[in-house]
Amino acid sequence: MHPAHRTAALACAMALFCSLASAKTLVYCSEGSPENFNPMLNTTGTTFDANEPIYSRLVEFKPGSTEVSPALAERWDIAEDGKSYVFHLRHGVKWQSNKTFTPTRDFNADDVLFSFERQWKDSNPYHKVSGGGYDYFNDMSFNKLLGSIDALDPYTIRFTLTAPQAPFLADLAMDFASIQSKEYADALQKLGKPEQIDQVPIGTGPFELLQYQRDSTIRYRAFANYWGPKPKLDALVFSINKDPAVRLAKLRANECQVMAFPNLADLPAIKADATLQLLEQPGLNIGYLAFNNQKPPFNDRRVRTAINMAIDKKAILQAVYQGAGQPAKNLIPPTMWSYNNEIQDFPYDPEQARKLLADAGFAKGFETDIWAMPVQRPYNPDARRIAEMMQADLAKVGIKTNVVSYEWGEYRKRVQAGEHQMAELGWTGDNGDPDNFFIPLAGCAAARPGGGSASKWCNQDFEALIDKAATLNDQAARAKLYEQAQVIMHQEAPFYLIAHSVVFMPMRKTVVGYEMSPFGRHQFDAVDLQ
Amino acid sequence: MFRFLITRISVVIPTFVAVTFLSFLLIHLVPGDPIETRSGEHGITPERLAELRHLYGFDQPLWRQFLHYERDVASGDLGTSIVTQDSVWHAFLQLFPATVELSLCAILFAVLVGVPLGVIAAVRRGTTFDYGLMGVSVTGASMPIFWWGLMAILLFSVTLGWTPVSGRISDAMFVEPVTGFMLIDCWYSDDAGACVSAARHLILPMIVLGTVPLAVVARMTRSAMLEVLNEDYIRTARAKGLSAPRVVVIHALRNALIPVVTVIGLQVGSLLSGAILTETIFAWPGVGHWLVESVQRRDYPVVQGGVLLIATLVMLVNLTVDLTYGLLNPRIRR
Repeated sequence: MHPAHRTAALACAMALFCSLASAKTLVYCSEGSPENFNPMLNTTGTTFDANEPIYSRLVEFKPGSTEVSPALAERWDIAEDGKSYVFHLRHGVKWQSNKTFTPTRDFNADDVLFSFERQWKDSNPYHKVSGGGYDYFNDMSFNKLLGSIDALDPYTIRFTLTAPQAPFLADLAMDFASIQSKEYADALQKLGKPEQIDQVPIGTGPFELLQYQRDSTIRYRAFANYWGPKPKLDALVFSINKDPAVRLAKLRANECQVMAFPNLADLPAIKADATLQLLEQPGLNIGYLAFNNQKPPFNDRRVRTAINMAIDKKAILQAVYQGAGQPAKNLIPPTMWSYNNEIQDFPYDPEQARKLLADAGFAKGFETDIWAMPVQRPYNPDARRIAEMMQADLAKVGIKTNVVSYEWGEYRKRVQAGEHQMAELGWTGDNGDPDNFFIPLAGCAAARPGGGSASKWCNQDFEALIDKAATLNDQAARAKLYEQAQVIMHQEAPFYLIAHSVVFMPMRKTVVGYEMSPFGRHQFDAVDLQ
Repeated sequence: MFRFLITRISVVIPTFVAVTFLSFLLIHLVPGDPIETRSGEHGITPERLAELRHLYGFDQPLWRQFLHYERDVASGDLGTSIVTQDSVWHAFLQLFPATVELSLCAILFAVLVGVPLGVIAAVRRGTTFDYGLMGVSVTGASMPIFWWGLMAILLFSVTLGWTPVSGRISDAMFVEPVTGFMLIDCWYSDDAGACVSAARHLILPMIVLGTVPLAVVARMTRSAMLEVLNEDYIRTARAKGLSAPRVVVIHALRNALIPVVTVIGLQVGSLLSGAILTETIFAWPGVGHWLVESVQRRDYPVVQGGVLLIATLVMLVNLTVDLTYGLLNPRIRR
């Protein structure tokens, strides 16, 4: 670069950042680096958080809620048969720009078409760009669900489905359904640098990306032409710190104002700190011990019920979750609509457990394995410890267990293959719909060999209820069916349901307007600093 | 000297090949692969797994995958991260300056403080200073970095407020990356405030990472000095009436430095492993922390490429150390 041009570029960058340094800037202590800047390609919360400020979707979840609200689509019409959705797009939505690209047009239907076809069609020139792994698009079965997507005019787009899908709108609010700019994609393709769309992104969201220093910081600036309410912050910085003790130290020193994932052991100190506030919310998750319902003796309901009564859940919640968990009695968490609170959890009753085992022909007990995950998960802080506590409880009723573990990827693969007898696992909700829990964890399709269900449970009555619920658009009618399904699940006890973990969010008292997302997302467009 | 150089360089090439083989083999021996590791609770269907394994070439026999990898390395292509889709070279070049900056400052700290302390301890052998220094150096060498780093942050950053907690520069500041070395880039950008912030951010990680090398260098300097100070030529120099400082610094220290230089060279390897922990604690965006994450994610190209590049660096440093011997002691060249 010519020295004069370099000086000019540096001066511009300095002027920009000098103005930002005196601007209202919030620093968020994040737990990790994003994999890239395209949420279509990833499944981790860390990457979704880094992309959340940049992109918008056709619809979005209301802050702090699982309710879907208009975003890039102002309104929509759903056909009677539930197989066709026509979205009327918002006019005047501006695209962000960067050093190499300035958009010449507003957002329109072409961008929506591009964003979905990129993930769907092999023939799309961007399908294989950046590895071509669209995990969520496939996991939500969009590859089979979508029949066609048609741009009826620049501001109207129709999605035609192969079958009715009640959670379809909620699916479109998920991160993988973020909208990218077709104009930017075309420009990059001409330059021979298509992968830059996922490294140097532009979106229509409340903040635009200024700079990413790998493993260090991500800097955003409020997007002046954002279609929604103007962010109260001028600038946002993600400061990447892997260690939770360091994140807390930074929070205390006011080097960051919000932090993610505190150590559970630090919660009392955070609560006692006069400069900090601690927000908390039950997570949209479930931690469980899945019985392999296709293997004896777990194919016998009496054995499964006996184990449910033999394990002291309260002790596990106290010792392992340390107050950061709610005992689970249903597969879906209490914050989710259709949660059946009428269901009574199994009591801790080792005597009754012994009687049930004797009825099932196991008066002298039996030997089996408990599989424990090798990693910490949002719904399970210490699987090994939980397994050991369960081992001790089960020994009291005559069930001798060995605790088994594998490397995480290997663990998941073997559980999927049904090699386990009892295995700890869990789930975090993606879209706030009960369907998103019941089908992958307890549906018959997921119970087939190689399917994702750890319980390998297939109950035709349960299946009929959730299948019917997925086709209805009326939430109240769906809720009734899911409530009945939960009763069947409780009677059959295919799992030992452990807990729904509570999510904590420490921040400085100067932070106002932050709403905790049930999905664990961190959104800053409505946040302010006093 | 030339023959000495050729002999040393000829050892590097087979070592390089061995490193590519070992780095490839070891990461492939670890259970799981990047596709299975990424699938998490969602799992992955056998069909999709087969499709992705084919896409990345994991369905090929291991020997064929290795040959493809060797061919790519020979042409300078270290591959693309399976997780971030960024080129391994590009990521390494972005992160490496941070590790070098931290490691260089740590070793400079260790040498500039450790050598004088070792000399003083040797000259004052048997005194309270000597015993105190040796006690402190054993403690320093024994402290786990992750513990020492966190304690240092709690004391100096949180309680006393003397140093920042983590990072390379204040989050509110920005320095345009030119070389990747923050101290150079901030000088280049003419921002005094940024330079001060960068220097302040370097203090604690430099001290934490440099503690073990400082202890080792101090002890080695002391031992080497004690040996040299008993030599006849030192007695001769004293007898000739040379001043004590001149005897110690000009005559004794120069010869005592030979084993110290060896130890400094060997510290490069341990600095890089220490840098992994230091980088994690201080959120220092370097290659150590990048590699650890890649191992956890089974990001094969990054692990293979990163290990290869770091091994190359260590080989080059050891080569430099060997050449430095030749400069310090002409007898070694023959």
